[in-house]
Amino acid sequence: MDENYDVIVLGTGLTECVLSGLLSVEGKKVLHIDRQDFYGGESASLNLTQVYNKFAPTRKPDQSLGKDRDWCVDLIPKFLMASGELTNILVHTDVTRYVEFKQVTGSYVYRDGKIAKVPANEMEALKSPLMGIFEKRRMKKFLEFVAAYKEDEASTHAGFDFDKNTATEVFYKYGLESGTKDFIGHAMALWSKDDYLQEPFRQTYDRLTLYFDSMKKFGGGKSPYLYPLYGLGELPQGFARLSAIYGGTYMLDTPIDEILYEGEGEDKKFAGVVTKEGTARAPIVIADPTYFPDRVSKTGERVIRAMCILDHPIANTAESDSLQIIIPQNQVGRKNDIYIAVVSSAHNVCAKGHYLAIISTVCETDRPHIELDPAFKVIGQTKDVLMGISELYQPLDSGSKNGIYISKSYDPSSHFETTTDDIKDIYTRVTGKPLVLQKRATAEEEEALAAN
Amino acid sequence: MSIEDPIPRFAQFKLVLLGESAVGKSSIVHRFVKDSFDDLRESTIGAAFLTQTIKLANDTTVKFEIWDTAGQERYKSLAPMYYRNANCAVVVYDITQLASLERAKNWIKELQRQANADITIALTGNKLDLEAEREVSTGEAQQYAIDNGLLFCEVSAKTGDGIRDVFYRIAEQLPVEEQIRSTMSRSKPRINLNKPSTNTDQGCAC
Repeated sequence: MDENYDVIVLGTGLTECVLSGLLSVEGKKVLHIDRQDFYGGESASLNLTQVYNKFAPTRKPDQSLGKDRDWCVDLIPKFLMASGELTNILVHTDVTRYVEFKQVTGSYVYRDGKIAKVPANEMEALKSPLMGIFEKRRMKKFLEFVAAYKEDEASTHAGFDFDKNTATEVFYKYGLESGTKDFIGHAMALWSKDDYLQEPFRQTYDRLTLYFDSMKKFGGGKSPYLYPLYGLGELPQGFARLSAIYGGTYMLDTPIDEILYEGEGEDKKFAGVVTKEGTARAPIVIADPTYFPDRVSKTGERVIRAMCILDHPIANTAESDSLQIIIPQNQVGRKNDIYIAVVSSAHNVCAKGHYLAIISTVCETDRPHIELDPAFKVIGQTKDVLMGISELYQPLDSGSKNGIYISKSYDPSSHFETTTDDIKDIYTRVTGKPLVLQKRATAEEEEALAAN
Repeated sequence: MSIEDPIPRFAQFKLVLLGESAVGKSSIVHRFVKDSFDDLRESTIGAAFLTQTIKLANDTTVKFEIWDTAGQERYKSLAPMYYRNANCAVVVYDITQLASLERAKNWIKELQRQANADITIALTGNKLDLEAEREVSTGEAQQYAIDNGLLFCEVSAKTGDGIRDVFYRIAEQLPVEEQIRSTMSRSKPRINLNKPSTNTDQGCAC
């Protein structure tokens, strides 16, 4: 297969697959390689055998867990924001024709040792057990202010300049208690640390707007999150299929034997790869950090993830088949929030009657498994727990000089917004233009066209 | 129109194509869906998602949602997504290439491993128009199909010979009645990302 391509992509993680799909649709000739024999890289969903091999090679899954195929365990637990950028990309590329989604049933927050539903709007805030009667009214006033805010109507600004006034200043005006600030900042604006309090309110406002828009998008007021049937590993597969439909070539189970360069020193540039199938040449490579270990650095953050297999729903969640629980850092004396993503057989990710709770947070001590204790108390009895710690990496340079564009590791945030930022950023660096999504015809439209 | 007019009976099935590169998978579908053939058909680009409906007896319509491999079969890189919930498969070999039958047998094993246990598989020998160059005897392939409980057909995408037959014979094997019953009773908890809620009110918790 000695051939020339426009772009070679290494690794089939979500970031790489979305870029591969977008570039193929634009007519670029793409070769996409993964050294492993499955799609998804770090963002794959694994079956039981794969997940035990990876995290507990000395143990075997219990017989009662059922068939291997019934399980799709996400390596990176995240949900899609219904109004977020990944949803937007999915709709525009019509990858939605390959992947089915369900709304996540609940969004919960931990306060004073208990969990409660995050209010979906100012009406729900009035009924929430999270706050006392006076605090509810203050919270309602704050939410009304956020909902009514219009950029070009100064009368709705309550005297604030969102680019100057900090979140602390805005909260102060509404007299919010610290526990209430915790759940606004962490369970609605989805900040994982408290740094935002001293920053201008603008970003927090944008995040709250995304939360409420997502909440309203598909009605029902359940949660702002979506989750694909069969697990998050469907997302890279869907975008890989998009790429293949538009001519992308896929080679799994193909280790890279050699990376080819041209030029020397400062002018050294990527030129191609050698694999068991032969030599493939391209001026550009997009890769996840594992393919270029000497061109990335550690961010300093390490993320611990615990995959917990349960045979019961989480207590105090109205037996929800899926939910997110956020434990704000302040509530348990930490610097980083703890997230719990719960999914179940309702999403075809585990055998009937089972639930998967994935706990994650940034390690703050050298005994990180102990840090997860508050989360284990919330989820109750487990059938088994598998744990892993990942180091996070970022590229050393932008890639524009050497043609090597490296993605960032998937961060500990609970959604895909930072991943899509990275995707758009790499797209711009590779193509020299910002990503403008072209609407692809839906399956129905294509059918109608074919009928004429 | 009378009151007793039956409700339209409609069932949809996912059909996947498998087989070595260049055995004519896409040509078979093009012949079936568009009744056309292109001698110079390059490997499949942009032809995303083809559907075709056929009418069966007793007013039943069966719609095939056809998944082409889009080249992902070339280096054995088909995703689990491809096999997922497939109801039927057309596994194609080229009657003028003995090796392509061996590859077809491997795809059938792969289907038995990855797809639903009740999938309907049609082993299909293409290029019947090149009878003079035949390397795979009808008997040999047919015996394999019988031994493995598969449908067996020989076709020519170029002339159209036998193409309709493949799909009608598959349709006869599919659990049409079951599908119709379950569509009628199925609630729809899944959401359509292309159709956000038009319900703009903030919704109350009641």
